[in-house]
Amino acid sequence: MLPLTPAQTVGPFFAILVPATGRATLVTDHTAGQRIVVEGSVRDGAGHPVVDALVEIWQANAAGHCNHPEDSRTLGPDATFDGFGRVHTDADGRFTLETIKPGVVPGPAGQPQAPHLVVGLFARGLLTRLVTRIYFEDEPSNALDPILACVAPDRRSTLVAARRAEGRYRFEIVLQGPHETVFFDV
Amino acid sequence: MSRSAFQILPYRRPPAGDAPVNDATAYRSTALRHPTQPLVVIPQTLSEITGPVYGYGRLGPMDHDLTRQHDGAPLGERIIIDGRVLDEDERPVPDTLVEIWQANASGRYAHAHDTHDAPLDPNFSGAGRTLTDAHGHFRFMTIKPGAYPWHNHDNAWRPPHVHFSVFGRSFLTRLMTQMYFPGDPLLRFDPIFAAIPTERARERLIASFDLGVTDPGRALGYRFDIVLRGRDATPMDL
Ligand SMILES: [Fe+2]
Repeated sequence: MLPLTPAQTVGPFFAILVPATGRATLVTDHTAGQRIVVEGSVRDGAGHPVVDALVEIWQANAAGHCNHPEDSRTLGPDATFDGFGRVHTDADGRFTLETIKPGVVPGPAGQPQAPHLVVGLFARGLLTRLVTRIYFEDEPSNALDPILACVAPDRRSTLVAARRAEGRYRFEIVLQGPHETVFFDV
Repeated sequence: MSRSAFQILPYRRPPAGDAPVNDATAYRSTALRHPTQPLVVIPQTLSEITGPVYGYGRLGPMDHDLTRQHDGAPLGERIIIDGRVLDEDERPVPDTLVEIWQANASGRYAHAHDTHDAPLDPNFSGAGRTLTDAHGHFRFMTIKPGAYPWHNHDNAWRPPHVHFSVFGRSFLTRLMTQMYFPGDPLLRFDPIFAAIPTERARERLIASFDLGVTDPGRALGYRFDIVLRGRDATPMDL
């Protein structure tokens, strides 16, 4: 077996790559599903904004289909939506994503998962990628989600975006401290 | 009762011990940025096993050649970086997006926040991208980046390096890393390189000089292969 290539930090200057290749809007006018806006922020252990983070999003479409050859289910591929987003934080540590609320994706043993965005986070000062998820406050199915069930009940709220208005959510990523976001080993 | 619709192969969990730690005291930026709670182990689901396999956006014809993105030629020593993206089972990873970014020959990034007192090069932007071919092969033409000082500690210098971003076939194969150059005396003083705990793993980030990759009379050649997570043997019901 070949040994894995180790990760290194993206450092502070990956943004020279991003202007041409960033993607904060995942949808077109023709994409099926409920439009949502996720307003996010990234803060460090002192509460300071992280102004040089790269946030990547991967998600299913409105029918719960993932745009990938291994999702062989015939339900609802959407040619206008590939499910990938990439943004970097601004001078206030904030980012905004325009997308759709994803559908239901099967989890372990076919159990349904609550709608969620998968998140990969990179930054100066992080040697490896951090992985987390964004769930939505107004989804009753969160209570039955098999991944949220892996998390201690008092920390689950760090994975749930607060509803600000119809289709508008707020999600805070805290790298360190008493309100530290749950990060996954997957 | 399972309402399983199909099966899928999960990805192997990385072995312990070779991966860099986020709590790397000598690299000062980690102090307020590394999580202090243990990572929560979760099962892989279709959400993670899939990922943006097609790369995305359109590639321009000069995206893989950082020496030909402007009217003039950049200053510096032209180099070719040639390599393959493979998985742990030595299977090539075809059609995957590989991106690089780097400082210019003087050690300065074309980024507004880089305050290093070294000249910008109007003929060098320092960003490139390409897709691997059917055999997982990629090739960039660029210039050798310079070393640059940073504020981590007294008299701190980053060794010359090229940042790499690789997607692979899954959200789980996503990798950001840095390629270094063989024989570099700065490597042993660099806390980012040293955050990789074992020498055998650090060596995987040092490209090898390869005369066979060289373009005679034009550019030196380095080989840099990248190994991403491979598949488990046992399929999982979904
Ligand atoms: Fe760098």
